[in-house]
Amino acid sequence: MKVLVAVKRVVDFNVKIRVRSDGSGVDTSGVKMSMNPYDEIALEEAVRLVEAGIASEIIAVSIGPQGCKDTLRTALAIGASRAIHIVMDEMANPLEPLSVAKVLKAISERERPELILLGKQAIDDDANQTAQMVAALLGWGQGTFASNLEIKDGTATVVREVDGGLETLKLKLPCVISTDLRLNEPRYASLPNIMKAKRKPFETIALEDLGIDTRPRLTVLSTDEPDIRPVGKIVNSVQDLVHKLKTEAKVI
Amino acid sequence: MMRTLVLVDHDNQNLGLQTLNTITCAKALGTVDVLVAGENCQDVVNACAQIADVQSVLVADGPGLKQGLAEAVAPVLKSLAENYDALLAPATSLGKNIMPRVAAMLDVQQLSDILAVVNENTFKRAVFAGNAIQTVQSSDPIKVITVRSTAFFTAPMTGGHADVKAVPFMAPPELSKFISTERTVSSRPDLSSSTVVISGGRGVGSKENFALLEKVADHLGAAIGASRAAVDAGFAPNDLQVGQTGKMVAPELYIAVGISGAIQHLAGMKDSRVIVAINSDPDAPIFTIADYGLVADLFEVLPELAAALEE
Repeated sequence: MKVLVAVKRVVDFNVKIRVRSDGSGVDTSGVKMSMNPYDEIALEEAVRLVEAGIASEIIAVSIGPQGCKDTLRTALAIGASRAIHIVMDEMANPLEPLSVAKVLKAISERERPELILLGKQAIDDDANQTAQMVAALLGWGQGTFASNLEIKDGTATVVREVDGGLETLKLKLPCVISTDLRLNEPRYASLPNIMKAKRKPFETIALEDLGIDTRPRLTVLSTDEPDIRPVGKIVNSVQDLVHKLKTEAKVI
Repeated sequence: MMRTLVLVDHDNQNLGLQTLNTITCAKALGTVDVLVAGENCQDVVNACAQIADVQSVLVADGPGLKQGLAEAVAPVLKSLAENYDALLAPATSLGKNIMPRVAAMLDVQQLSDILAVVNENTFKRAVFAGNAIQTVQSSDPIKVITVRSTAFFTAPMTGGHADVKAVPFMAPPELSKFISTERTVSSRPDLSSSTVVISGGRGVGSKENFALLEKVADHLGAAIGASRAAVDAGFAPNDLQVGQTGKMVAPELYIAVGISGAIQHLAGMKDSRVIVAINSDPDAPIFTIADYGLVADLFEVLPELAAALEE
């Protein structure tokens, strides 16, 4: 069984981003970039399926400028079998989720995976859309926000993290799964595997060669800092806290 | 004036309260119809018909729609889309699961988790864990939107007299099957809509120690929340996670106990009106956004707090 995993290059989760004062966007120059944490979980799950003898091959895809090559090399070092980089202009805006879904559909039609594993959300645009959109475009079932996955006899049994607790679904393969935090704990790439990854197949495709209309539907008019909270007070005792909550904040 | 359709979040018996905030958001755009997709969901339909300003309640009631599966509900919304300028749902696990599927079926770029309506094409939403707010304009002829409940008022549940119409729908495709659900049973208020929330983090130390928070919560009528670290460690169930990818809350009072304050956690609670932080580490980032900070051992302070509130 082939598994397709998409990995997005994003500002590292530990970085506190800076909003440009002219409202033109977020300053990402010189900022540490990493694989989207949810995509790491998706990749880890795929590697575990290979280790369990359920999956035979993992194809890692990334869409974006040259820097995505690093993200894909990390994916190869963690255990992807081969990489496909859909390369686009360094200066272009990142694709919107609908366009990403169309690209992943095109790659999926070429590669015919039985399972597409995606992170539920990228920590930059916080959209939480791509997996559901890919499933819709392919006409497949979707198991979003997965905290457990079992593949057996042509079906995926997925436990989903939902508002009230947990929900279990069975999906026909092929299907799309999006990963939540508790699915697994991703491994780090070991040095020998980083070396070995250099010999794994790495394909580059120009975005425009796919013939997909990826023109944006949204225009970002401005990007602003959120309202900053006034500086608070340190209280010295529980009595003091309760008193202030009653008389000053008037919340209890 | 736009025509809008709001997808109702429900469990076939009760209306999900976040639907009411979404209706307020939809009213800012134009007229509001709602869709109840489920099975034997008459109680929900009746409740929806009384919500102020809802014009029509569309009902898709039948087997296959009971569990709100995306593969079943998305085609119903798609079939109704031509009558509307905007389709909205609360950014609950139901809305987040279904709406992008609908958007892709309509070839529309969805607007996720919006915070404000600027005009009928332009909306505000948070990116980078709430550290930047984008104002975005959509060129799509129909808008597909999920709504952050804490950013909009609750629509009144009375005063409306909507007409109720059954809508035809196709049998869902056999792509997915519901097996079971494991609900967290709690007598406490719903975390997303509670006016007081007390959350515990890694510092609480164990599942058993969450009882210390429970005692305080009892006196305040509070909902219990947790940080990702506490959920990952098994101290609290997953549906209590507050943060960037968990629940967004904005209560009148938020008490963070033993939570250091990673940006991912702050993203989910920094719009609370009053924030209290209790932590033994004076350098914990949570203190930078707290209105009241108490640098202390939570194991000493929580019983004291419970006692003080009892008085």
